[in-house]
Amino acid sequence: MGNVLIIAQIQDGEVKKATNSTVTFASEVASHLGGAYSILALGDDLSGQSEALAALGAQKVFLAQADGLDNALAERWAPIIEKVVVDGGFQVVVSPASSTGKDVLPRLAARLGAGMASEVVQVAFNDGKLNYTRPMYAGNVNGTVVIDTPLEIITIRPTEFEAFSSTGASPVEKIDVPQAPEVLGKIEFLGFEKAESTRPDLAEAGVVVSGGRGLKSGENFKLIEDLADLLGGAVGATRAAVDAGYIHNDFQVGQTGKIVAPDLYFAVGLSGALQHVAGMKSSKVIVAINKDEEAPIFQVSDYGVVADLFKALPELVEEIKKVAK
Amino acid sequence: MKILVTMKRVADPDNANKVKISGDGTQVTSEGLEWKPNPFDEYGVEAAMRILEDGVGSGKLRGEVVVVTIGPEEVTQQIRQCLAMGADRGILVSGDDTKLDAMIVARTMAKIVEKEQPDVVIMGKQAVDGDSNQASQMLAEILGWPQATFAGHVEVPEDLSSATVTREVDGGAAKVKVAFPAVLSVDLRIVTPTGVTNNVATGKDYQEGPRYASLRGIMKAKKKPIDKLTLDDLGVDQTLQVRTVSFTQPAARSAGVILETVQELVQKLQDEAKVL
Ligand SMILES: Cc1cc2nc3c(=O)[nH]c(=O)nc-3n(C[C@@H](O)[C@H](O)[C@H](O)COP(=O)(O)OP(=O)(O)OC[C@H]3O[C@@H](n4cnc5c(N)ncnc54)[C@H](O)[C@@H]3O)c2cc1C
Ligand SMILES: Cc1cc2nc3c(=O)[nH]c(=O)nc-3n(C[C@H](O)[C@H](O)[C@H](O)COP(=O)(O)OP(=O)(O)OC[C@H]3O[C@@H](n4cnc5c(N)ncnc54)[C@H](O)[C@@H]3O)c2cc1C
Repeated sequence: MGNVLIIAQIQDGEVKKATNSTVTFASEVASHLGGAYSILALGDDLSGQSEALAALGAQKVFLAQADGLDNALAERWAPIIEKVVVDGGFQVVVSPASSTGKDVLPRLAARLGAGMASEVVQVAFNDGKLNYTRPMYAGNVNGTVVIDTPLEIITIRPTEFEAFSSTGASPVEKIDVPQAPEVLGKIEFLGFEKAESTRPDLAEAGVVVSGGRGLKSGENFKLIEDLADLLGGAVGATRAAVDAGYIHNDFQVGQTGKIVAPDLYFAVGLSGALQHVAGMKSSKVIVAINKDEEAPIFQVSDYGVVADLFKALPELVEEIKKVAK
Repeated sequence: MKILVTMKRVADPDNANKVKISGDGTQVTSEGLEWKPNPFDEYGVEAAMRILEDGVGSGKLRGEVVVVTIGPEEVTQQIRQCLAMGADRGILVSGDDTKLDAMIVARTMAKIVEKEQPDVVIMGKQAVDGDSNQASQMLAEILGWPQATFAGHVEVPEDLSSATVTREVDGGAAKVKVAFPAVLSVDLRIVTPTGVTNNVATGKDYQEGPRYASLRGIMKAKKKPIDKLTLDDLGVDQTLQVRTVSFTQPAARSAGVILETVQELVQKLQDEAKVL
């Protein structure tokens, strides 16, 4: 019997959909191991999230609440997760491959001497071992790995697992939060600067409109935003657009940015470098608008229009408004 | 002040779609592709230079930059590339870079830290072949040091005792101050013109991206020392915790249709794809 512990992702006071995707993964793993899954959330005050967490079908929900936990410092979180893992005898610990998951879980893995697989997209069970499949080389190769330590630590790519829909009410336990470790004296949290956006979260949106260097300025990104707003979508960007200062880095899509898989993805004025494609190729329908017919983005697009974006985008907005009427 | 920068060689990342999987699915080969320093590690070298430089692009450092890699003998070439950018010396820990996992990398680096006693270790946020994003966080834990991962901006005071790091995280940027010794992992924005502020080299900004090696830099790099060690010399436990059992090719997307007009596009999105 092996039990799975999920580390919940909470952002801006909300239990993120990525947590529900992680539940889907965890319930699959738990069924292979003949065990159950539980959820651990960490934060300053989780009274507002407790109910949503308890509705995820877990055997138990653990809440670790203490001042400063919202800051998600790996140095602070790792020993707390360790305590829950050791006390509860968990065999697998999993979190979404969020920036917090990526920051904290390797530190936890080293603390517990456990092997770790990152950004898992698929799991299978062969000869009594969990087999995790994960993309490598910017998604050009899938590697399947097994972990040979008694404890296995995983981050998953939420776009590859259906979001679990809520049922029931799990028992909730508030845990005794261990004292801050000594190393916390060497790191001070100075603040969080939010990337303001009134649009849906890039990682969760059904429509994403991304712009690249072809937009030529931050002001011109308004054209991208207009289309996104019309469709209730999120805005994305390439590294080149971010580096040039057109848009905040939180909106970078790609191998080293956000991984998205909306129903509809618009790639506008971007060439389709493999590092970008790695972050959006699981989208259901991809549309490319580029003035260069040789641009590699057309190789991965369902629909392409070879055109000047400055002409095509306003036209597209008008045309969609027409059919929406 | 000593900064240790870790560097892994990777097959040319701009051609990662040309790596091949062996017939039996047990190996990846990058034959025909050039080996390069992992871009994030090149950015690590650039960041180290910018932290220590006494003037923008002066190349004169207020300390030492040591580049360390685990890999076969041929990685000497990528170390020389980093030395040509201005790093002072290299360490090559010979090992088969397909028989490593992130924990072996972290344990090896911990041994190197023990020997070298650096004030800061700068690593890449991820190796763009393995894409694990694990080694720096593991090293920080092993050493009991603070970690500032995904650093898009670093500011150091004149006395180089700490770093204020802007971390690229979901939803925005988190700012932390770490006292040295510490482990940093660098993100893309560290090599934008204002990615590093060292409060000494004021005036003009840096160029975009990591610096190119000058001809003089390349000549000088040939004479810079590279220490050679083995994993056994360092007494590193080389047992893999994570074993890759097979490689497969992910399903590829195929190119669709090119449409003449925006009207046609809207019609297809509505009637065929049914996404509008
Ligand atoms: C054919 C093949 C087989 C493989 N088999 C396995 C396997 O069985 N198990 C497994 O876990 N992995 C395997 N790997 C990947 C393994 O070699 C990875 O390098 C290792 O797991 C570290 O992960 P990463 O490269 O993604 O590092 P990350 O954690 O993404 O690297 C972060 C940073 O750590 C530093 N770093 C990482 N590696 C080195 C290095 N060698 N020298 C210096 N600095 C370094 C760099 O600064 C890098 O930016 C295989 C790779 C290949 C090509
Ligand atoms: C370590 C590393 C990690 C990286 N990670 C990422 C990542 O996560 N995400 C990412 O996106 N990139 C990433 N990159 C960068 C990537 O390699 C490319 O450089 C980048 O994606 C290019 O951005 P772009 O397509 O906007 O620009 P370009 O390649 O310059 O393309 C601009 C496109 O716009 C078109 N265009 C120009 N004007 C118009 C017009 N008026 N109308 C229509 N089309 C027009 C051009 O034809 C061209 O195709 C990474 C690079 C490295 C080295």
